Amino acid sequence: MDTNAKPTAAKRTIGVATPDPVLAVEDLTMYYATRAGDVRAVDGVSFAVQRGESVGLVGESGCGKSSIAMALLKLLPENARLIRGKILLNGADLAPLSDDEMREHRWNHIAMVFQAAMNALNPVYRVGDQIIEALDAHIRSTPEISMERVRELFDLVSLDPGFIPRYPHEYSGGMKQRAGIAMALACEPDLLIADEPTTALDVIVQDRILKELRKVQEALYMSLIYISHDMAVIAEVSHTVGVMYAGRIVEWGETVDVFHRPIHPYTQTLMSAFPSVTGPKHELGMLSGEPPNLLTPPPGCRFHPRCPYATDVCRSEEPPIVRSGSHWAACWHPLDGAAA
Amino acid sequence: MATAAPASAVGTRPLVKVEDLQKRFPVSAGLFERSHSFVHAVDGVSFELARGESFGLVGESGCGKTTTGRLLVRLAEPSDGRVLFDDAAGTPTDITHLAGASLKAFRRRAQMIFQDPYESLNPRRTIFDTVAEPLKVQNACGPHECLERVSRMLEMVGLTPAAAYLFRYPHELSGGQRQRAAIARALVIEPIFVVADEPTSMLDVSIRTGVMQLMQSLADRLGISYLYITHDLAVARYMCSRIAVMYLGKIVEMGETESVLQQPKHPYTQALLSAVPIPDPTVTREPVRIAGGVSRPVDPPPRCRFYDRCPIADDFCRDNDHPPLEEKASGQLAACYKA
Ligand SMILES: Nc1ncnc2c1ncn2[C@@H]1O[C@H](COP(=O)(O)OP(=O)(O)O)[C@@H](O)[C@H]1O
Ligand SMILES: Nc1ncnc2c1ncn2[C@@H]1O[C@H](COP(=O)(O)OP(=O)(O)O)[C@@H](O)[C@H]1O
Ligand code: SF4
Ligand code: SF4
Ligand SMILES: [Mg+2]
Ligand SMILES: [Mg+2]
Repeated sequence: MDTNAKPTAAKRTIGVATPDPVLAVEDLTMYYATRAGDVRAVDGVSFAVQRGESVGLVGESGCGKSSIAMALLKLLPENARLIRGKILLNGADLAPLSDDEMREHRWNHIAMVFQAAMNALNPVYRVGDQIIEALDAHIRSTPEISMERVRELFDLVSLDPGFIPRYPHEYSGGMKQRAGIAMALACEPDLLIADEPTTALDVIVQDRILKELRKVQEALYMSLIYISHDMAVIAEVSHTVGVMYAGRIVEWGETVDVFHRPIHPYTQTLMSAFPSVTGPKHELGMLSGEPPNLLTPPPGCRFHPRCPYATDVCRSEEPPIVRSGSHWAACWHPLDGAAA
Repeated sequence: MATAAPASAVGTRPLVKVEDLQKRFPVSAGLFERSHSFVHAVDGVSFELARGESFGLVGESGCGKTTTGRLLVRLAEPSDGRVLFDDAAGTPTDITHLAGASLKAFRRRAQMIFQDPYESLNPRRTIFDTVAEPLKVQNACGPHECLERVSRMLEMVGLTPAAAYLFRYPHELSGGQRQRAAIARALVIEPIFVVADEPTSMLDVSIRTGVMQLMQSLADRLGISYLYITHDLAVARYMCSRIAVMYLGKIVEMGETESVLQQPKHPYTQALLSAVPIPDPTVTREPVRIAGGVSRPVDPPPRCRFYDRCPIADDFCRDNDHPPLEEKASGQLAACYKA
């Protein structure tokens, strides 16, 4: 298999032709209570992830990407409150579940890889033992079978099995991140959430990890939510992309459509702001101002203070959803012939 | 946004001439033991930087970019080698061991912008105090003129109106504003040479372009030359007329940015470039052909530093010293026997 090729169009059409959502998020709303008031980090977010599909969530820091990931796993800090919405995993709503009930789903059905800098590995235990522990918590088996499974997992993410009995500090940054992926895959989850898994790594190591992720995602026909601030990385890993701004998804569609025919002005600027090492040297896009404070998001369209196309209606009323096929955006003045 | 001036448009006489620069750090061998091993962080680096030029230093983390930058502005002393820098009278002077009054005079002409604006902004001091500090250290002006120069500088970096920022603290500013304040601090003394160490790598893209543009326009207006350090080759493409690619303390390739990026000669540059993700889902990259990761260059063997990972290494590479940096195409140099 050519692991360097980007996700194929064929895969994408399969997903669209036979919808089989692993995850359906409906009107998810999550606030953080702070002394200054509620931080509206996730505000009315809806989307679905099909079986075998790789979805990229992209947006700048503070737009709510990690908050969505944590809300889906219900790994929320003390001050976070789920205000409303449904998290349908294989049709069953996770939102009302207790911590104990949630433990059943975590790792088994929905697993997570964190940012390289905040690795899930415990420094005082051998990596192999940590994976076996994750396995044993969910699957009854013998030590021999568990060890065999760890070997398979190491093989899957191209880690040298000689490192199974070693400690995390003996691993390089890239190896630790692959061990994190191996651990997340231990129970063959239906959905893997990867939150900026390569952000702290150099490009050559990043390239290898993206390849491994793509390989296992396709081999296991697993669903993936890949979170990144980097449009270039998203272009490489995802069939479908959701663009976030200030706690909301502002555009959603097949990756090629969104990149080549963006509907939302924010998406257009975000993409043009990324320089590339190849192709013609285009003028780099930029925005004035900064993303809003989520304690007091602007009324109407949250992007209006920075949007070159903003009009009065944008400043006062929530933008409508406009569509072009399965590709949609929330905007009063869409860029590309999409219709409400 | 405007792109870096072509190398041909800048002056030919070098402002900075770096000769065989070396920096070794002892590897700690225990509290009371003398170390016998060294990290060769910068290992025989030579290049010239022309007046008005923005020269890029690129490579993966740990290759020696920051250490090189610190040596060039005399924030560290090299183990060996020279950095010749034009003094106020235009005489090339070795700055590597400057101290006292001559170091202070040099600081008027050479400054550094750090990756993390927190490194140059003291959280307990106002923006005015921080930006004014180089002026005070240099006794450059009285209090009135000082306030005026700081205000003018803040406006120049886009913190307008200056009065709204002068007496605020770093935590009251956004990331982009903090980096603008850090730039103001480095430029307020009107240096002619600035080492910019990953100045935009902590900023979000929608804000990054503005800071990149700002740095270019200030260079044009104030006649500043940059040593621009970045791990991001795509950013180097926009900010630098020439670049040098570093690997384990050595420059392995150097030339005009566009030539190096479009026709890389060194197998490491080729691998690095093929690993850079492309923000277009319909473009497929060349597969990356190297294995393993970057290590620390502790007492490296004399042979080519890239030998262990090189996909085209042969016995000659194994048995000979690290290859010299030689011209492989017009104006493009690489350190490789087989390039
Ligand atoms: N525990 C918390 N308490 C209060 N605010 C928080 C907390 N965690 C995150 N936030 C805020 O929520 C918003 C979204 O943050 P986050 O989900 O981490 O964004 P992203 O991952 O896109 O960078 C930000 O404004 C952030 O400051
Ligand atoms: N003060 C120091 N003491 C010991 N080793 C150092 C020190 N500073 C840098 N190094 C080492 O020198 C090498 C080059 O580091 P650095 O110049 O920071 O690289 P870069 O900026 O390219 O990431 C690395 O191996 C690093 O660990
Ligand atoms: S709704 Fe208005 S302000 Fe918001 S993105 Fe569309 S045009 Fe811009
Ligand atoms: S000199 Fe030899 S080992 Fe070094 S980069 Fe060239 S081919 Fe590879
Ligand atoms: Mg995050
Ligand atoms: Mg550095």
